[in-house]
Amino acid sequence: MDKKDIKEIEKQMKLANEGLPEKERILFSDVRPTTVAPLNKYLENFLNWARARSLWIIGYGTGCGAMELRPLMTSRFDMSRFGIAPRPTPRQSSVFVIGGYASIKTIKRIVRSYEQMQGPKFVIALGSCTINGGMYYDSYNTINRLDYYIPVDIYIAGCMPRPEALIAGFNKLKEKIQTGECEGMNKYAENFDWYKKNQKQIIKDWNMPDYNW
Amino acid sequence: MNIWIKILYAVISVLVVTIYGLTLGGIVRKIYARVHGRYGPSVWQPFLDIIKTHGKRVSISHGYMFYLGPIFRLAGGLGTYLFIPVIFGSVVFSNFSIAGDLLLVMYFIFFGQLGMALGAGEGGHPYSPLGIARGLSQMTAFEVPFSLAVIAIAIQYNTFNLTTIVAAQQGSILNWTLFTNPLAVVAAMISLLGMNMHPPFSIVLAPQEIPIGPPIEMNSSFLATLQTNRGLFTAAKLILFMNLFFGGATNLPIMIIKTFLIYMFSVFVGASFPRFRPEQSMRFFLKWPTLIGVASIIFIAYF
Repeated sequence: MDKKDIKEIEKQMKLANEGLPEKERILFSDVRPTTVAPLNKYLENFLNWARARSLWIIGYGTGCGAMELRPLMTSRFDMSRFGIAPRPTPRQSSVFVIGGYASIKTIKRIVRSYEQMQGPKFVIALGSCTINGGMYYDSYNTINRLDYYIPVDIYIAGCMPRPEALIAGFNKLKEKIQTGECEGMNKYAENFDWYKKNQKQIIKDWNMPDYNW
Repeated sequence: MNIWIKILYAVISVLVVTIYGLTLGGIVRKIYARVHGRYGPSVWQPFLDIIKTHGKRVSISHGYMFYLGPIFRLAGGLGTYLFIPVIFGSVVFSNFSIAGDLLLVMYFIFFGQLGMALGAGEGGHPYSPLGIARGLSQMTAFEVPFSLAVIAIAIQYNTFNLTTIVAAQQGSILNWTLFTNPLAVVAAMISLLGMNMHPPFSIVLAPQEIPIGPPIEMNSSFLATLQTNRGLFTAAKLILFMNLFFGGATNLPIMIIKTFLIYMFSVFVGASFPRFRPEQSMRFFLKWPTLIGVASIIFIAYF
C-alpha cells in the first residue's frame, strides 16, 4: 500500500470519541470532516465577493483582546459600515476573532465553537499572544501559537492592537477572501489528524466528541 | 383569466415585494445606526447577507422537522402575501384576493410561527424552545387586539374581503378607516408594534439574553430562507395594514410611501424605548390595546 491508499483509508475511518463514556458515544457523530471543493470560477468569485462584504463575528470574547471589539461595534469605529456584524451563535457566524491569549480551558471551547461554525469560516487572531505567546510565552496554562490548533487566516500583531489595527486586519481579510485564499475550512479537514493530535496534547481532560459538528 | 398568466403575475408580485421588503429592512438598519450615532451598513446589506448564507458550503440538519421549519415559515409568508390585494385595481398586483381572504391571511400570519416552532424545537438547543415560548405567547397576546380591530372592521364594512374593504375607502382621505373607525386603528397599530418585533417587544429574538431565539440552530440555507421570508413577511403585514386602515394604494409609489410611513411608526417607537420583559409585554397587550379594541367594536356596532 502506498501513502495515498493509507490516506484514503484514514479518511473513511470513523472517529473513536474515546473521551466520552461508552453509553454517550452513540449520541454523537463519528464522521470526519470532509473537504468541499470550490464551485466553478465565476460562481465562486461572486460568492467570495458576497462573503467578503458580509462578515459575521461569533460573539465569543476569548481573552483580554475581546475588549477591543466593543469600541469597534459601537459609534466611534462602527464596524457595521464594513458589513461586519456580531452574531450570537457559531452556527450562523463566519469569522472567529480570537481575542488575545488563549488558556488551555479556553482553547477547548475555541475548538468546539470553531468546529460548529459552517464553512467557509475565517479566523482572525488578535494580539501577540496568539502569534508566539507574547507576555505569556512561558505560562503553564496558555498556548503559545494558535495555528497549531486551528487554521488562522489573519494575524494582527500588538498588545493590544487598537480598533484601527483591527479594521486594517478586517480589510486584509476581505482582500484575501476575494482572491479565494481563505480555505481554512478545507485546510482543517485535510490536516484533521495533525490538528487533533496537537489539540489533545494540551487539552488533558478531553471529555467531548472528537469532532464537534 | 388564464391560470398561467395569473401564476406569472403572482411570481412578479412576490419578487417585487420581497425586494422591497429587504430594502426596507436595510433602510431601517441604517436609520437605527444613525440614531445610535453610527454610519451604518449599506442599504443592500440584507441582500449580501442572504447571498452569503446561501453560499455556505456545508449545513447541519437535525431531522425532518428541522428541514420543514423554514419551509413552513416561508409558506406562511407567501400565504399571507398572496391573498392580499397589493394595489387596488391593478391586474398584476391583485394577487389571489377572494371572499373571506382576511380570515385566511390572519390564519397564515399564525401558521408560519407554528411551523417554525416545530422546526426550531428539533434543533435541540435549549434557547430555541425558550425563544419559541416567548414568541408564541407574545403572538397570542398581540393577536387579541388585532383580532378585535379586524372584527370591528368586519362589522363596519360588512365583509371579510380585502378588495371590498379597500374599495369602500376610496374617494376621499376621510373615507379611510383611520377616520371612520379610529379606535380600531389605534388597537391594531399597537399590535403592529408586537408583530414587527422591534423594541419594546423584541424579546423573541433578544440577542443578548437568549442568543437570537428560535432560529439559533438554523444555519446556511435554512437561515437564508428565514431571511428571505423576513423581507416578504414584513412587507405583507405592512400592505395588510395599509389596506385595512389607510385606504389601500392605487399605484406602486403610493403603496411604497404608505407602507414606509406605517413601518416608521414601529421604528420610531423601537428607537426610543428599551425592551420589555416577556410578562410585561404580555400584560401590556392584554390591557390597554384590548380595551381599546373592545371599545372600537362597541363604538362601531352601536353608534
